[in-house]
Amino acid sequence: MSTVSMTVNGKVVASVVEDRTLLVDFIREHLRLTGTHVGCDTSQCGACVVHVNGKAMKSCTMLAAAADGADVTTIEGVANGDLHPMQKAFNDNHGLQCGFCTPGMIMSGIDMVNRYKAEGKTLDEAAIRAELEGNICRCTGYHNIVKSIQQAAGEM
Amino acid sequence: MSEGIGAPVKRKEDKRFLTGSGRYTDDIQMENQAYAAFVRSPHAHAMVKGIDKSAAEAMPGVLAVLDGKQLTGDGIGNIICGWAITSKDGSPMNMGAWSALATDKTRYVGDAVVAVIAETKAQAREAAEAVVVDYDELPVAATIGAAVAGDAPQIHDNAPGNVIYDWEIGEKDPTDAALAGAAHVTEMDLTNNRLSPNAMEPRAAITKYDAAEDHYTLYTTSQNPHVARLVLSAFYQVAPEHKLRVIAPDVGGGFGSKIYIYPEEIVCLWAAMKTKRSIKWTADRTEAFLTDAHGRDHVTNAKMGFDADGNIVGFKVSTKANFGAYMSLFSSAVPTYLYATLLSGTYNIPNIYCEVLALYTNTVPIDAYRGAGRPEASYLVERMMETAARELGRDPADLRRQNFVREFPHQTPVIMNYDSGDFEGNLNQAMEAADWNGFDARKAESAARGKLRGIGMACYIEACGIAPSAAVGSLGAGVGLWESAEVRVNPVGSIEILTGSHSHGQGHETTFAQVVADRFGVPLDSIQIVHGDTDKVQFGMGTYGSRSGPVGMSAIAKALDKVEIKVKKIGAHLLEEPEENIVIEDGQVKATGTNKALGWHEIGLAAYTAHNLPADMEPGLKEGAFYDPLNFTFPMGCFICEVEIDPDTGKTEILKFVASDDFGVIINPMIVEGQVHGGIAQGVGQALLEEVVYNEDGQQLSASYMDYTMPRADDVPNYDVLHHNTKCTTNPLGIKGCGEAGAIGSPPAVINAITNAIGNNDLSMPATPSKVWALIHSARMAAE
Repeated sequence: MSTVSMTVNGKVVASVVEDRTLLVDFIREHLRLTGTHVGCDTSQCGACVVHVNGKAMKSCTMLAAAADGADVTTIEGVANGDLHPMQKAFNDNHGLQCGFCTPGMIMSGIDMVNRYKAEGKTLDEAAIRAELEGNICRCTGYHNIVKSIQQAAGEM
Repeated sequence: MSEGIGAPVKRKEDKRFLTGSGRYTDDIQMENQAYAAFVRSPHAHAMVKGIDKSAAEAMPGVLAVLDGKQLTGDGIGNIICGWAITSKDGSPMNMGAWSALATDKTRYVGDAVVAVIAETKAQAREAAEAVVVDYDELPVAATIGAAVAGDAPQIHDNAPGNVIYDWEIGEKDPTDAALAGAAHVTEMDLTNNRLSPNAMEPRAAITKYDAAEDHYTLYTTSQNPHVARLVLSAFYQVAPEHKLRVIAPDVGGGFGSKIYIYPEEIVCLWAAMKTKRSIKWTADRTEAFLTDAHGRDHVTNAKMGFDADGNIVGFKVSTKANFGAYMSLFSSAVPTYLYATLLSGTYNIPNIYCEVLALYTNTVPIDAYRGAGRPEASYLVERMMETAARELGRDPADLRRQNFVREFPHQTPVIMNYDSGDFEGNLNQAMEAADWNGFDARKAESAARGKLRGIGMACYIEACGIAPSAAVGSLGAGVGLWESAEVRVNPVGSIEILTGSHSHGQGHETTFAQVVADRFGVPLDSIQIVHGDTDKVQFGMGTYGSRSGPVGMSAIAKALDKVEIKVKKIGAHLLEEPEENIVIEDGQVKATGTNKALGWHEIGLAAYTAHNLPADMEPGLKEGAFYDPLNFTFPMGCFICEVEIDPDTGKTEILKFVASDDFGVIINPMIVEGQVHGGIAQGVGQALLEEVVYNEDGQQLSASYMDYTMPRADDVPNYDVLHHNTKCTTNPLGIKGCGEAGAIGSPPAVINAITNAIGNNDLSMPATPSKVWALIHSARMAAE
């Protein structure tokens, strides 16, 4: 068993967990924050993406213990007020259907916009499609997800 | 009316999904919850000689280790297929027994044998590893070819030669005669590749048993919770129908795979009763590949005959359809009434004959996957038309144009009666948007860069809005395929719509509300859609086959008709005006020719206070309706795909994809376009990337996202989605349905574009770079 302590969505949380506990299970089962999803178990689909110390990470492939002391943001914590510009853009552009991949898409979208801004690079359509390599959606055909991220990139 | 029919209203349901507040089955935590894990057969075909549970039972946290003999001993029934198909010789189909936990024999890798119930998920999984099953391996038939071979193993004792049925439709002799007399016959052998639906939310179930009430609750990832309750109670005898509540909360995509009732739901309900604990089971992705019903998997020979002028004179089709190891709930209908009845395509074909040999193999059961039979038909018809045009030296658009159905209603030789359409209008719209006439210049430009450019089209038609109950009943369906709706106007005027349709991404909470807002002019925010709970909604047949628009919304329209009549009676009474002068608009009940009006909420209040209602009128304002369709609906369209191929690598890039669809009346164009986008991506996936692969031992080699190629954002293009709609004439709203069209029309459009680019028709799906490269270089290699 390990004691893990981290900041999740601005709140300090601590818990004693089995050593093998994945970060996603810590978030979903221990903290009952169920917006972060598990879609594939093999780091392919990106439904589990959260931000760890400001970087997008697949929480299904990281131990909770590895996030000890980290600052974690989940989909429940991204909005400062009503909706984050990325969340609003997905609503504006019909960037979601069943909603299961959506939290991961939004977390990846925010991360890519932040990175491109920090590096002074342009996040065009081709770049968004390449950056989304780690996120699978079965409903939307990606068309409106790309539009959503493009809109948010202009507003963030 | 900005929120009514035709308005691109943003979705009401989005906020909970965007903020992580969606409530999917695995998000739910019950009191006293334990977990199930399944021991699955590692062999594709084996006798179960013995099960040693002792080590597992002794492990920490283990509550029960349950096997098939206990399950059948408790009277739990076998899983059934609900659509009876009769063979050519009049014999019934050969349905083999499928126990939710295998008793004597396993028939595919993934077949459940034992269920372990434990305090935690990890304990259940670890104990499952400790169960020792003694198997005696049997020879395996993993493919259609292996199942029909002379020395094929017998998978079910009651299905000699592994044949489930040998079915036919149409007239054989006239079709043979038409082909014999044809000026030209195009013949092709085509395979429709096996796919896994891959809804992003894996299947899950949570069950609860209340011993005091002898009552069961099942939360499940279902597209049709009422059908699940019916089948679980009537056929599997897990619980009586009135003692079982089935809830399908937010469901993360379905695409057909969540229609069926699987072994895991049955076992978890039964285990809840046995252990007096709530039981949760959630599939991991490999479990999904090993147990979710797959789709497609046809091998077909087809012959299409033309007269000297290019008119189609006959079409003969012989298909072998893989069913996997057991018959899933709707499996038998897919390669028959959902496939062969669409073989006329968008064309006048006077003679059609199709025979279908349905076969067991030692693979995952196959059932309906987005399109279900219609993608297989569309792929066949549209590849045949394209190849015929090339063989005849005809322009592919002109050959199609010449053979289009132009008068409606049109009776095909294979049951369907098309009610409406303007096939040439969609063709013209798509060709213009794709700049078809400018293709030669673009091809030359690609050639100058050493690339191969190709363009291809497909003019699909499909049948949605399944289906008139008496008609499908006469064809073997075990259920009626109507839909139900209830409209409750509350005393304050807000409206609840209870529907038997189920939304798992389709946006019903928005579009269904738009139908109501359109009728009464009340704000969308005052309308709530209730679905997915058998305790709330009386009954429903669920969502599949693009039926929620044409059937589900028609039921709502019918219930709204009844509400409208009562509202007008109340309005006439209160306003003291003749009923025929009462109109409902902008949320008000008005008397025409006067300035008298009542607010919508005043009607609701009057109905429930009942202080001043017309004589003999019952209080309250609630109406229900069952809507049984008069006919299938027939969405159709023209898709055009333009590709560029690198001859050095064989890699295909889609440069442009145009879809011109006829969906009838559209409620919300934003949502409809989203459905088309997603459908096209799945069709592009089938055409270029996806295939479930088995080796000859029946091991699935593609059972994770590291092995099965899901379309990703950089595999697909932007889509130009256009509409050229004609109103459906057989339902009250004029809707045809849009959920599957993208997946139905796109595979042949993509493949026709690639074969156009490489000048070789002998291409199968998925058109991987290695296959395409080999075809490009085959002529050169043959010469060397």
